[in-house]
This record gives sequence, C-alpha cells and structure tokens, in this order.
Amino acid sequence: MPPTARISKKAACRMAEAIITQIITGLSISSILLLVALGLAIIYGTTGVINLAHGEFVMLGAYTAWALQTFIGIGLIESLVLIFMCVALFGWIIERIVIRHLYDRPLDTILATWGVGIMAQQAIRLIAGGELRYVEMPSSLGSSISLFGIETSAFRIFVLVLAVALFGVTWYLMYRTSFGMKLRAITQNREVASAFGINSNRIYSLTFAYGAGLAGLAGALVSPLKSVSPEMGTTYVVDAFMVVVLGGVESLVGTIASSAILGEVTGFLAFYTDDTIAKATVFFAIVILIRFRPQGLFSTKDRS
Amino acid sequence: MKIGRRSFLRRSAAAGAAAAAGFPMVWIKDSSLAYAAGGEIKVGVLFSLTGTTGIIEESLNKATIMAIEEINDQGGINGMKIVPVIEDPASDPATFAEKARKLVLSDKCVSVFGSYTSASRKAVLPVFEKRKNLYWYPTLYEGRECSKNVIYTGAVPNQQQDEFVPWLVKNFGKRWYLIGSNYIYPKEENNYCKKLLKELGAEVVNEEYVPLGHSEFSSVVNKFRSEKPDVIFSTVVGDSVVALHRQYRAAGLDPAKMPMASLTTSENEVAAMGGDAAAGHFTSAPYFMVWDSPENHTFVENYRARWGEDKVTHFVSEPCYFQVKMFHQAVSKLAASDINPANIREAVKGVELIAPQGKVRLDGATLHTYLWPKIGLCKSDGQFEIIKQSPDWLEPVPYKAYPNQTCTETGLVES
Repeated sequence: MPPTARISKKAACRMAEAIITQIITGLSISSILLLVALGLAIIYGTTGVINLAHGEFVMLGAYTAWALQTFIGIGLIESLVLIFMCVALFGWIIERIVIRHLYDRPLDTILATWGVGIMAQQAIRLIAGGELRYVEMPSSLGSSISLFGIETSAFRIFVLVLAVALFGVTWYLMYRTSFGMKLRAITQNREVASAFGINSNRIYSLTFAYGAGLAGLAGALVSPLKSVSPEMGTTYVVDAFMVVVLGGVESLVGTIASSAILGEVTGFLAFYTDDTIAKATVFFAIVILIRFRPQGLFSTKDRS
Repeated sequence: MKIGRRSFLRRSAAAGAAAAAGFPMVWIKDSSLAYAAGGEIKVGVLFSLTGTTGIIEESLNKATIMAIEEINDQGGINGMKIVPVIEDPASDPATFAEKARKLVLSDKCVSVFGSYTSASRKAVLPVFEKRKNLYWYPTLYEGRECSKNVIYTGAVPNQQQDEFVPWLVKNFGKRWYLIGSNYIYPKEENNYCKKLLKELGAEVVNEEYVPLGHSEFSSVVNKFRSEKPDVIFSTVVGDSVVALHRQYRAAGLDPAKMPMASLTTSENEVAAMGGDAAAGHFTSAPYFMVWDSPENHTFVENYRARWGEDKVTHFVSEPCYFQVKMFHQAVSKLAASDINPANIREAVKGVELIAPQGKVRLDGATLHTYLWPKIGLCKSDGQFEIIKQSPDWLEPVPYKAYPNQTCTETGLVES
C-alpha cells in the first residue's frame, strides 16, 4: 500500500476513535444530567412547583446509599429500589407539609423549597457529620470495558442504560397508564379535572414523591463516581433547571433532548478547552437561546 | 418627667468625663499589663467548627487544644496556665476577620492560632498587622507572603516540590499534565512546578484549572488518555480530589504508568475515596501518620486517646500541635511582664524542637519553618508508605519562584 494511503488510514482510525470517545463521554454526562433533571421535569412540568430542594433529594439519595451500605451492608445495585422508596417517602412528606399549601403561589414555593433544602442540608450535617463519605462502586462494574474499541468505565455505561430505562418507565407512566392520564388532565386544568372526579391532591402528592424518588436514584448512582457530602446537591439543582428550561416545560422529550445536547456540548468543549470555559459557554448559550425562544426547544406552550 | 435637651447634654458630658477619668487605661494603647494578667496567658484558637471546611478545621482545633492541655499539665509556661479562647468562624472569611478582631481586641489574646484556607488567612491578616498581634498559621500554602505578624508552620511550594518533582521526573518521565482547582493556591504551585520542570528539561503537555468543587472529570480523563502524560500533577482540592481519583480508577487508567502526584491528598481524602481509588498515587508532605519516630508514635497515641480511636492525624494537624510547643518555648524565655506579641515574635526566631515529623526550626528571617518533606505512596489500605524521606530539612523560601523578591527579617525586599 502506498505510504500516503497507510497514513490516512491510521489518521482516519484515530479520528474515528476520537469521535466515538467524544460521543460516549458526552452520553455519560448527559445520562447524569437526565437522571437529575427527570424528576424536576415531572414536578415542575406537571405541578408548576419550582422545587429548589431538588438538589437535596439527590443528596439524600446518596446518603441513603451510604447509610445502607455502611450500616446494613447492602450493595449499591441491590439497594436502588429501597433508596427510591425512602427518598420518595421523604418527598411525599414534604409535599403534604409544605408544598400542598402553595400550589397557587409559585413565588412562595421558591422560598419554601429553598428553606426545606437548607434544613435538609444542615440536618444531614448534624446527623451524619460533614465529612466526605464513601459509597463503594459495585465490584461487577468497577473495571473498564471496551466499547467500539474505546475503553470506558463499565459503571458509566450502566448509569447510561439505567437513565434511558428510567426515562422509558416515566414516559410509559405518563402516557400509557391511567395515573398518567389523570396527571395530564390535572396539568391542563385542575378545576375541571377535579370536577370529573379526579383526586388532584393525591395525584400531586404521588407525582412529587415520584420526582423526588427519581432524584434520589440519581444521587445514589452518582455517588460511586464522586463523593457524598451535604453540599453536593446545590450544583445539581442548577444543572437540572438548565436542562428543564432548555428542553421546555411539560415536555419529556424536551428533557431527554436537552440533556443529550448539553452533555455532548459540555463534553466536547471541555475536551478541547477546559471545564471552566465549557461551563461558562454553555450557560451563555442557554441564556441566548432562551432570549429568542423562551418556551424552550420542545415546548407546546409558554411558561406563564 | 420631662428631660430637656440641654440638661440631657450636660449630664451625659459629665458622665463621659467621669468615665474617662475613672478608667485611665482607655488612654493608654497596647497596655501589655493585660496580657499575662492573673497568671494566665490567653491565646485565641480560630478554626471553623461548622461549615464547609468545618470537618478538617475541627481536627486542627483538636490538635491545638491537645497541645495546650499537655503544656498546662506539665505546669504551664513558667507556672502560668495557657487559657484558650475558642471561636468558630464557620468557614466564612468575613467571620474569621470579625472573630479575629474580637480575640485580639476584647479578649486580649497574646497570640491566635488559626486558619486553614488562604482566603481566611488573607481576611484576618489586616487585623493582626494593624493591631500588631501574632497569628500562627499551620497550613501548607502558596507562599508569597512575608508578614511580620504571622508565624508560618506549614510548607511552602519550594519545600513541597524541590525533592518531589525531580524524583517524579526521574522515576516516571518528562511529560507532565498539570491540573488544579481554579484559585491562587494551585496556580502558584503550578507556577513553581513549571519553573522546576523547565530546569529539568521536562515538558508540560497541558495546564488546566477546574472550578472549585467540580466533580465531573470525564473530559479530563479523556484528555489523560489521549495525551498520555507520564505524571499527572494534581492540585485540585476538596471534593474534586475524591471525584478525580474515583473517575480515574473507574476509567481503568493505570497508576503505575500515569501516577497522580498531589500536594493535598491526605489520609482524610483517602478515606473518602476508598483504598482502591487511592492506591498507587503519590503525595508529598512533611508529615504522614505512619511516620516512624518516637515523637510521632506518642503524638498519634495521645491524639487517639484524647479524641477517639478512629481519628487520624495529618499534615495540617501536626503543625498545629508543634506550633503551640514552639509558642511554649518562646514565651518561656520571657519574663511575665514582657509577654506581648512583638516579644514573642522575637523570642520564637530560631526556636528548634523535635516535632512528630522530625526536628523543626523557625527561620528568623522569613518566620517560616524548616521542615522535612517526605514522599508517600498510597496503599490500598488507606495508609501511606513513605518512599523517600528528605535527607536534611528544607529551608523555606516563600518567594523562590520570584527571584527579584526576597523575604527578609525587615520585610519584603525587591531587587
């Protein structure tokens, strides 16, 4: 083979490797964004509650994973259902005590959920201490595997698969079950739906609990890759709102699309420049996009 | 009863004059008769017990208190007991300044032991310089300071890197990747590192800064994979340390070929990241808990007996301990009526003692400390193995990266 053809084959191989690596990295970042934002999308999209305590639900999921592992000895994968239940229960309690009274007062929900978030952070600090906690990565997923010729962390692929699966479950719940139908009815018009005999209070509680449970799962799944601390939630709530605002309110498809876009763009920019510039650029781009399309990418109606 | 304006003014003027006359010390500034009054020497202890850096600063508080208790049990300083005044600035630099002012002005402490972050030190510095008091700072930091009101017992860049960097180049290679958190400490350390690497003929393949608290390192790991550096010089701090190590491990990278070399990974961070993510990487510090010396064994045993068997000592809590002992030595040389911050500063110059890490000395010119840098390899059980101990103590040169500036006994000299 002439030397030029050989060189270009190697270069093409390396370029293909680079592209696949980029895509996989971007998907991994997207999957974490999706997990965290999905719960918020459900809560904000259906009930209109601006839940600033969402990051703390993520943090509580991580701490539940740590507690189950340290004190009872259950591994991460086995405890996922339990973690979902625990954080969902906590979300349900918060909804009944605090959120229930604020459905017609969106500005007050901001203050109330912010307060809940602060209290949750300090409560965890008092109970579990402020030091960084360790959640063990499941040994079956601890190594790296070769995907399309690229070495990737098996755990990140697992998180990606689980994120897509949870999205599927949520979509099914929203569009193929009677619960979902009732939820969509209430979202369109709460009074008329109640007139049809739908118990809107119960549906709202269950929805909030479901969103909280999803956030808890996100926290548990993220914890073996990072660390568990009382303040870990604050960055996640910002990212989650970015995804939801960009994707459009009330649109599940918008959530998955915007997390994919944000994840890939952040990963790409971070590789070629660095993380600080990537974050700043992405924020800036979202601001510009919202200026010209305030309803987000996929919304059917404006946020009012 | 109606009080007229004139009579009110008259009465308050009279009261004010009486007060001023009755308490003459109001007119006397820096009356040092207050410092060692009543056979007690008051010192301030200014470490956060709550807030983001609360956990690590709590251990510094504990080490300081233990040292004070040991001195008091042995009779105090020339028979006078040290009384610690403990304040909690809650990880907020502005509160640090406020509490420092309280300790210096209203509690009349003759010295204050405190601070972990550079931000908190910079916030309290004006208080100590204006009030001519003495601040004892135990934490490793970026250098470039020459205050005559601070005693620095933590390592500066030249002490941490002068032996570490050449050793790494010799054992691993010349292509270096520098990654740090985005603030002054990593930037100064990287600045110094680049100077050393240039002299050794090594190259920096990339220098990158991530936001403080950043935890998503997948792009960074990708860059490690594509650039294939020989050494990753990491100055990320806090949560980022744990996230970076864990994601490095999850991606299947090999520390035997591409080790991470850090200045900030202590026994605490290793406990949070798990032994398998920490194993194989290097840290340079003057102190590790496993250091085999009689003084260190006593230190660790006493610390665990006092505060709990599960506690660890690390390279910031050890200077907290020995700086109080230096204070003891310095103040013992003074007569009770001469105890004030300026005299303590003069007395502590040249003080030597056997700290848990080895024999240390307070350099009179820079007010920094001669220390014994060690290179530790982390093992999977979470403890360090000391690979290399410096053959001699290393002189602190806080401005070594800036050859036209030197810290001397009179202050910073530019040339």
